[in-house]
Amino acid sequence: MRINPIRRSLVAVLAAACLKPFAALAATWNKDGFGAKTAADALKALGAGNPLPSKDLLIEAPQIAENGAVVPIEITSNVPGTTSIAVLIDKNPFPLVAKFDFTAGALPFVKLNAKMGETSDVRVIAEAGGKHYVATQEIKVTVGGCGG
Amino acid sequence: MQRRDFLRLLALAAAAGAGLRPGAGEAQAAAELYDVPPFGNVSFLHLTDVHGQLLPVYFREPSMNLGSGQAPHLVGEHFLRQYDLKAGSSLAHAFTHLDFENAARRYGKVGGFAHLATLVKRLRASRPLALLLDGGDSWQGSATSLWTRGADMIGAQKLLGVDCMTAHWEFTYGAERVRQAVESELAPIEFLAQNVRTLDFEEPVFKPYTLRSVKGVPVAVIGQAFPYTPIANPRHLVPDWTFGIQEPRLQRLIDEVRAKGAKAVVLLSHNGMDVDLKLASRVRGLDAILGGHTHDAVPAPVRVGGTLVTSAGCCGKFLAVLDLQVGALGVTDYRYRLLPVFSNLLPADEEMRRYIARARAPYEGRLQEKLAVTEGLLYRRGNFNGSFDQLLLDALLAVKGAQVAFSPGFRWGTTLLPGDAITFEHLMDQTAITYPHTTLSELTGGEIKAILEDIADNLFNADPYLQQGGDMVRVGGMSYAIAPHDKIGARISDMRTGGRPIEAGRRYKVAGWAPVSEEASGEPIWDLARRYLRSRKNLPPLKAGRPRLIGVKGNPGIE
Repeated sequence: MRINPIRRSLVAVLAAACLKPFAALAATWNKDGFGAKTAADALKALGAGNPLPSKDLLIEAPQIAENGAVVPIEITSNVPGTTSIAVLIDKNPFPLVAKFDFTAGALPFVKLNAKMGETSDVRVIAEAGGKHYVATQEIKVTVGGCGG
Repeated sequence: MQRRDFLRLLALAAAAGAGLRPGAGEAQAAAELYDVPPFGNVSFLHLTDVHGQLLPVYFREPSMNLGSGQAPHLVGEHFLRQYDLKAGSSLAHAFTHLDFENAARRYGKVGGFAHLATLVKRLRASRPLALLLDGGDSWQGSATSLWTRGADMIGAQKLLGVDCMTAHWEFTYGAERVRQAVESELAPIEFLAQNVRTLDFEEPVFKPYTLRSVKGVPVAVIGQAFPYTPIANPRHLVPDWTFGIQEPRLQRLIDEVRAKGAKAVVLLSHNGMDVDLKLASRVRGLDAILGGHTHDAVPAPVRVGGTLVTSAGCCGKFLAVLDLQVGALGVTDYRYRLLPVFSNLLPADEEMRRYIARARAPYEGRLQEKLAVTEGLLYRRGNFNGSFDQLLLDALLAVKGAQVAFSPGFRWGTTLLPGDAITFEHLMDQTAITYPHTTLSELTGGEIKAILEDIADNLFNADPYLQQGGDMVRVGGMSYAIAPHDKIGARISDMRTGGRPIEAGRRYKVAGWAPVSEEASGEPIWDLARRYLRSRKNLPPLKAGRPRLIGVKGNPGIE
């Protein structure tokens, strides 16, 4: 795989395990969002109650996690004018795991590692021009150990 | 005479009792079965999932393989009908479980590298530039492969003339062993795996593909290792590598080799056939996926768009031949055969025979220890318990004093006929892994259900990308019902032990083996089972436990 230098440094910076909710590059800490115990409450705190499903929001993540403690999730937003990307894992105790804000001109691409205790939908919310867009992928967490 | 007509004749002869007896009949049968007329200008020979079996074996195909209801999920009579095979014929015996004991006695053992070598040489006589591809799971599954960390198999692969391989169980010897074998033992065999990368910078660990020129035709072989290795097998054995199907990366590589001029592109895959069928529908530019992992022996390719998807069985029982006609614009026509390797019809290759004898010599005494005589058929393969699994479960229950026992749903493991002595080697054929520890733990009824649900979902999930290719965990000491087509959480019901319902909140003593955690310890399963067998001279026929099935009526994956 070819990784351009900018992207590679991003991967390196974001490769550290994210064991707690956090907000890299966050302008402000959304206390209500990160403290919310349901995805619906977290969405409300983000002001994203009814996001529009979008095909321009791409998630590259395993369908089955190799290790629930470190699940790599790569997100690219092709929604024009994206200003933030938030990641929610519905079944986590605190569903909002990360929010990234992009200042003018920054490429809306992020990669993070998230911890997942069980199989869950992962929802990615992008904000652009005051509107919210969503893409969803289920990631399975399994005890495994029986293949072959 | 057309091949199909001949097969019909052969079947009729067999049904009439002529069979494959020594003498002219045998030579004739071999000539007809193995004289595969050459076709096209590019040929691949493909074997997969040998699982360490250097000598001829018996291998019973499954009587249950639930799934889509189409290939590869067909068994018994359904299989015969789909592929127009005559009941009682040698091919019916090779591809199905039907009348297994009688047919096995009539047609003899299958596979064995000395016999395989003869077949490879015969095919290469008419296809001198054929590439021989090994789909992985070669270095594991027997005592000697375990004791030599795959070295006996590497020697045999080289002597057989394997050109490229990919992998799955090979990784259970640990990342270091694989790296060292690839770097210093395996040449000239190329180890290909596009979907193994380092966890930190996502750099490729192995060569992803090879470009070869066959009679001036540029050909690419891309390797695809088992995507779920760190999930289905212990993560700690390959701690710094990440796997997965890696569809986007595969597409980029296909485009790359096409741009470099490849006129035929094949994926040497250890995905499992259901995953391969889905993958073929989602990537562009593959002419064929030569597949393995799920051990399905499928006589004809399944066509998905422009891609031929194949699956070539296991344990050295089959060798596939894919002949392609490749022109300036790519592949225009093909022929495919999945040839059963009947040891009686293929004389042993002398060089390979000597190599195997040498490789086994230090271990012969241990291998041939007779533990007991089985009065019934012992086999493993199938969605639920095989009779050899039942033996392991009975041993676990008895020795560990447990109420319930679990044994992994592996698909490898050879077959023994009634009256056969069970040697230590046979026991190792079912158990030879690098994490063989037996365990005894207390689990609640709720935990037992969660485990069964989780494993059933890895087998029966409607999305092939969520299937890991093992069979259902084998259980002893308990019964249950299963609705395979339901969703996770709703498949398992009516769990009972000792005739009484298993209660969610109660604790039960559960024995098992093959734990995936790094801290696990305990007596190896082969030592426990050996003690159990030594204390019995004769092993009466075992009835393989099977759950009550819900909602599978009419499914051609069941007899």
